Amino acid sequence: MNTELLIPLLAAAVVSGTPILYATLGEIITEKSGVLNLGVEGAMMMGCFTAFITAKLTGQPWLAFFAAGLAGLLTASLHGVICLVFQGNQVVSGLALTIFGAGLANYLGTPYIGLAAPGFSPVPIPGLAHIPVLGPILFNHDPLVYLSYLAPFAVGIFFRHSRFGLSLRSVGEFPAAALAAGLNATAYRWAGILAGGFFMGLGGAYLSLAYTHLWTNNLTAGRGWIAVALVIFAFWRPGRAVFGAYLFGGIMALQLRLQAGGTSLPSSLLLMLPYALTVAVLLFSCWRQGTRAPANLGVNIEPSS
Amino acid sequence: MRPASLTALCVLVYSFLLILPAFAADSAKEKELKIGFVYVSPIGDGGWSYAHDLARQKLEKMPGITTSYVEAVPEGPDSERVMLQMARKNFDLIFATSFGYMDPMLKVARQFPKTTFMHCSGFKTAENMGNYFGRVYQARYLTGIVAGSMSTSGVIGYVAAFPIPEVIRGINAFTLGVQSVRPDASVRVVWTKTWYDPAKEKEAAKSLLDVGADVITQHQDSPGPQEAAQEKGVYSIGYNTDMTKFAPKAHLTAATWNWLPYYEKLIAEVRSATWTARADWPGMAEGVVDISPFGPMVPKDVQDKVLAKKAAIIDGSEKVFVGPIKDQSGTVRIAEGVIAPDADLLSMDWLVQGVIGTTE
Repeated sequence: MNTELLIPLLAAAVVSGTPILYATLGEIITEKSGVLNLGVEGAMMMGCFTAFITAKLTGQPWLAFFAAGLAGLLTASLHGVICLVFQGNQVVSGLALTIFGAGLANYLGTPYIGLAAPGFSPVPIPGLAHIPVLGPILFNHDPLVYLSYLAPFAVGIFFRHSRFGLSLRSVGEFPAAALAAGLNATAYRWAGILAGGFFMGLGGAYLSLAYTHLWTNNLTAGRGWIAVALVIFAFWRPGRAVFGAYLFGGIMALQLRLQAGGTSLPSSLLLMLPYALTVAVLLFSCWRQGTRAPANLGVNIEPSS
Repeated sequence: MRPASLTALCVLVYSFLLILPAFAADSAKEKELKIGFVYVSPIGDGGWSYAHDLARQKLEKMPGITTSYVEAVPEGPDSERVMLQMARKNFDLIFATSFGYMDPMLKVARQFPKTTFMHCSGFKTAENMGNYFGRVYQARYLTGIVAGSMSTSGVIGYVAAFPIPEVIRGINAFTLGVQSVRPDASVRVVWTKTWYDPAKEKEAAKSLLDVGADVITQHQDSPGPQEAAQEKGVYSIGYNTDMTKFAPKAHLTAATWNWLPYYEKLIAEVRSATWTARADWPGMAEGVVDISPFGPMVPKDVQDKVLAKKAAIIDGSEKVFVGPIKDQSGTVRIAEGVIAPDADLLSMDWLVQGVIGTTE
C-alpha cells in the first residue's frame, strides 16, 4: 500500500479510534478503583443519545458533549448503587447496565432515528496541519479528537502524581490497607465509577456529534465491548490505551479500504477482522500479562471492615 | 369556566353531533377497509420504511380507509406475532415490507383465508398472499447516467448493503448507466453488510473517496455516505427518498420509491373483490420508482438526456439489461440483442464488467 492510501488510512484510524479511546479511559479509571464495570456499552449509548438530543434541541455541540458525560455518569451511578450500596455482583450489574443503557437510549431515541443534529466538523490546526505525513494524520480532525489527545496524559498524571489518584489506586489494590490508612474506600470507588462513566458518555457522544451527525438505534455497535477488551490489552495504562484504540480504529478502517482498493478477498472475511483482533488481543494479553490488574478488581469491600 | 368558552364548547359538541350521521352514511356507502403495515426498521426520516410510510399516510387520509403500522419488527417469529395480531383484529389487507417476513406471512396467511396478505421483496405466494417489488434498477440506471456525466476521475463509489440479487442488480444497472456516458469509468463497491449503520456506511464511503471516487452512491437507508461526500466536496446520489437535506451541496439526484399508486391500485382490487394472488414487479411506467429532482449542479444537457431516457423507459422503448453485457471476467452473460428475462434479473448473482469488487 502506497503512502497516498496509507495516510488517509491512519487518519481514519485516529477518528474511528477516538470513541473507543474515551471509553477505554473511562473503564481504566473505574477499574483502577477496583470496580469492574461491564456496562460501558450502556453508558456509551446513553451518552450518544443525550449528546444527539442536546445538540438537536440547543444547537450547542459543546454543551451536548458535556451533557453526554453527565448522562454516562448517571448511568454508571446505577452500577455504584448496586455494587457499593447493596454489595451486588459487579459482573451481573455491569451486564444489566449494558442492556438497560442501550435499551433506554434506543427507546427514547426511536422518534429521532435518521434525523440530523449539529455537531463538530474537522478544524485543521494552523501550522501543525501542514506538517508532512503527521499533519493530515493527527491535526486535521474535529476538536473532540484533539481533546482526546490530552485526555490520556491527564489521566496518567492523575494516577501517578496526584494524591487523589494514588489513593484511588490504593483502594483498587488493597482496600483494607487504604481503610486502615484512614481513606474512605467506598467514596473513592464512587469517584472511580462516576468519573469512568463520564468518559464513557463522552465516547458515545463522539459517535453522534462528530463521527456522524445522526442518531440511530445501536449507534455504538459493540464499541463498548471493544473498550473492555482494550483495558486488558493496555495493561490498565492510559498510554497503551491510545495505541490499542488506534489499532482497532485502524483495523475497522482498513477492512473497508481493502474492499475499496479492489481486493479479491471475500468481504465477509474482512468484516470479521475487528472481532478476530479482539480475540487475538485478549490471547496476547493473557500470555504477556503479569499481575498488572488492580489486585482487588471486581471484589466488593466488606461493609463491616 | 367563562361563558364565552362554554358557548364555544357547546358549539363544538353540537357541530360534532351534526357531522356524525355524515360519517355513518359515508361508511355505509363504502366498507371501511382496515390496512396494516409491518416495517422492518423504524420509520425514521428518509429510508426504505419511510418511503412505505409516506404512502400509508396518504392512504390514511382517504375516505373509508384506516391504517395502522408496527415499526422496527425483527424478521422471524416476532413478525409472525405482529401479523397474527393484525389478522385477528380483522384487518382486511396486510403489507409486510421486508424479505424475512415471507415465511411468517405465509404461515399467518394460511390461518386467515379472508385476509389479503402482500409481501414485499420475496418470491412466495399463496391463494390469499401476493408478493411485489419495484423495478428500482430502472432508476438506478438513470442515476448512473448522472454519475457518469458528473465524474471527472472516472471512479465512482458504491456503498453496498448485502450481496443479494436486489443489491447486485442495482449495482449492475447503475454501472450500465455510468458506462453509457463514460465507457472507461469504473464503479468500486464496498460491502458493509448492514441496512442501517450510519457510522460504518460513512466510513465505507470515505474509503471509496480515498481511492479517488468523486461520486458516491449507496444502497443502505442511512445518509452516512451522503455526509461523507459533502464533507469531501464531491457528489453523491441517494436512495429510497430525496436525500438532499442531508447533503445539499453534494446530492445530484436519488433513486426513489413512490408506493402510493401501486397501493391504491391494490386497494381498489381488494375492495371490488377482483384481487388475485400474483407476483407484481411495477416500475417507472407505473410510477412506483422514480428519480428525485436534480441538484442545481447538474447541467441542463445532462438533465435533458436523463429525462429523455426516463421517457423511453416509461414507454418501453428502452430496457436496462439488453445484451451484449459481459461480466467481470469478460464472459458474455446476456447475448447481443437479448433482453434479459425477469427470472434472470431476479436471481442475478454476477457483476458487470467495469465493477471493481466481489460478490462474496
